[in-house]
Amino acid sequence: MFDNLSEKLDKALHVLKGHGQITEINVAETLKEVRRALLDADVNFKIAKDFTNNVKEKALGQNVLTTLQPGQLMVKLVKDELTELMGGDAEGVNLSGNPSVILMSGLQGSGKTTFSGKLANFLKNKKTKKPLLVACDVYRPAAVDQLHVVGEQIGVEVFSDRGNTNPVAIAQAGIAHAKANGHHVVIVDTAGRLAVDEEMMNEISEIHKAIKPEETLFVVDAMTGQDAVNTAKAFNDRLDFDGVVLTKLDGDTRGGAAISIKSVVNKPIKFIGTGEKMDAIDVFHPSRMADRILGMGDVVSLVERA
Amino acid sequence: EKSKTSFFGKLSKAVAGKSKVDDEVLDNLEEVLVSSDVGVHTTLKVIERIEERVSRDKYLGTDELNRILREEIAGLLSETNSGEATEFSVPEDKKPYIIMVVGVNGVGKTTTIGKLAYQFKKQGKKVVLGAADTFRAAAIDQLQIWADRVDVPIVKQSMGSDPASVAFDTLKSAVTQDADVVIIDTAGRLHNKVNLMNELSKVKRVMQKVVEDAPHDVLLVLDGSTGQNAFEQARQFTKATEVTSLAVTKLDGTAKGGVVIGISDQFRIPVKYIGVGEGIEDLQVFNKYEFVDSFFK
Ligand SMILES: Nc1nc2c(ncn2[C@@H]2O[C@H](COP(=O)(O)OP(=O)(O)OP(=O)(O)O)[C@@H](O)[C@H]2O)c(=O)[nH]1
Ligand SMILES: Nc1nc2c(ncn2[C@@H]2O[C@H](COP(=O)(O)OP(=O)(O)OP(=O)(O)O)[C@@H](O)[C@H]2O)c(=O)[nH]1
Ligand SMILES: [Mg+2]
Ligand SMILES: [Mg+2]
Repeated sequence: MFDNLSEKLDKALHVLKGHGQITEINVAETLKEVRRALLDADVNFKIAKDFTNNVKEKALGQNVLTTLQPGQLMVKLVKDELTELMGGDAEGVNLSGNPSVILMSGLQGSGKTTFSGKLANFLKNKKTKKPLLVACDVYRPAAVDQLHVVGEQIGVEVFSDRGNTNPVAIAQAGIAHAKANGHHVVIVDTAGRLAVDEEMMNEISEIHKAIKPEETLFVVDAMTGQDAVNTAKAFNDRLDFDGVVLTKLDGDTRGGAAISIKSVVNKPIKFIGTGEKMDAIDVFHPSRMADRILGMGDVVSLVERA
Repeated sequence: EKSKTSFFGKLSKAVAGKSKVDDEVLDNLEEVLVSSDVGVHTTLKVIERIEERVSRDKYLGTDELNRILREEIAGLLSETNSGEATEFSVPEDKKPYIIMVVGVNGVGKTTTIGKLAYQFKKQGKKVVLGAADTFRAAAIDQLQIWADRVDVPIVKQSMGSDPASVAFDTLKSAVTQDADVVIIDTAGRLHNKVNLMNELSKVKRVMQKVVEDAPHDVLLVLDGSTGQNAFEQARQFTKATEVTSLAVTKLDGTAKGGVVIGISDQFRIPVKYIGVGEGIEDLQVFNKYEFVDSFFK
């Protein structure tokens, strides 16, 4: 199931090897393998199709460079195209506000609460900020306790109001508290919600409108399959979010959802989560992600073997 | 419902009275299945089956097509899923019946346990929960809240304690209380973390010191929005704990959870439950025909 693309392309490249030029037939053959690898990596069906069509056009449009074998050219085309799709190098979060407010959003269990802690920890240690965590998940059992435990672990204050069931009011009170107590950054954790849950989507729109965050992040599980496009689009339609956080990349998922999301909402992927601990956070690198999705640890070695 | 009719409509028109399915229809079918996370491998398998069927049974009528498509897809699940069960039940001859719940992070293990406990309790069964996730922040509090909601006892220790020891205590307590069902919660873990997977095997072994054939059911919870990685999850959890059944959660969203078809087919593990919400009643016994139909909606 998880044969990597290198192997697949190796196979397909046999077709190409020995040919002096890229013909329509061997391009189609190779791209069928690429498309399948993308689908196995959970890249959205339509996006994988468009992607391979693009690469095909480019491949057919290019004369074979004398220094390159057709196979090499093909691998390079695929890799470049993918990296480009994934966007430029990581951008940080907008910290221009006083305080800067960061709103978390996403499906149930995607890793919002954990990431809220990681980001607070990151800003505290790496940017010498004084963050405040605000607990606006009034639904999930023990969600508030969870954020308090996280806050304690990293030595960051947590604002909560257990008697209050209105997340908008809690968020506003949290920001007021931050202002009064000299916090530079406010990170607002929210409940997980499905894109089709009208009531809950309205709720997060309300929070968003009321607190006007400097930065709204969409937190998504890197293992997500074909549905990633629907969800990302629905959240973006409501929140026009600023960036994406891709969690649980410490697993062995290919993470094709990253491309799907990027193509459908065209927002930068800013951070990745690589573990359950508070320091398991990293900035996003498009080219590494392209390699991961393609299953090519090292494109060069593949090309050398071809 | 509209697109469902149109898909079947298209399919019918293209196949009715013919002895071969044309490529456009197969492309359509491929799109539906891959977009439901069924995966390329399993999708090709389904398409082969349909092609075979059509060439064998020639001149199929429109009515038969729906049925065949459903049958062929559900057929991959058939050997391990009766598809007829509608009741939550546990075998009467195991007392207590011990369920261990496993899975990667955030898939819905603890929530599913709460819902399951509710179902069993409703049937008048005596249920005990074991809080063997001693790692995740406030995991014990979360299970405690579910135990209070359902009104069943919970066995727990402090955060950071040995999960195997919690499971041991839970079984001891359940036996003493003459409980009917025991459900053990475990911490979410990614299947590529060897130490954490070994810890699960240990939890299982330690339980067997109290009840020889425990656990009777190892329930692997899969998030319905997970893509092809679920395969590797099933493989690795099966290796570590011999998974005996699956639950697919979060099917109240737009994700279809189609990856379980291939998993059930390849690993011969039945899908038992589906999660359709965060509420206490939002758990259903798996029905394979309804599940397959949802792909075409
Ligand atoms: N391995 C790993 N686990 C993670 C990562 N991020 C979060 N988790 C785990 O995923 C699970 C869910 O994380 P939460 O932070 O509770 O997710 P959430 O989005 O707040 O969940 P809800 O509030 O229920 O919607 C927990 O077990 C976390 O420890 C990550 O990057 N890697
Ligand atoms: N919409 C929906 N949400 C669900 C369903 N099942 C669980 N959830 C939500 O998913 C999130 C994670 O559920 P948990 O039960 O904490 O998941 P877990 O597997 O125990 O998580 P960890 O212990 O952190 O690994 C919570 O917000 C649940 O309310 C479901 O069927 N539908
Ligand atoms: Mg949370
Ligand atoms: Mg849990």
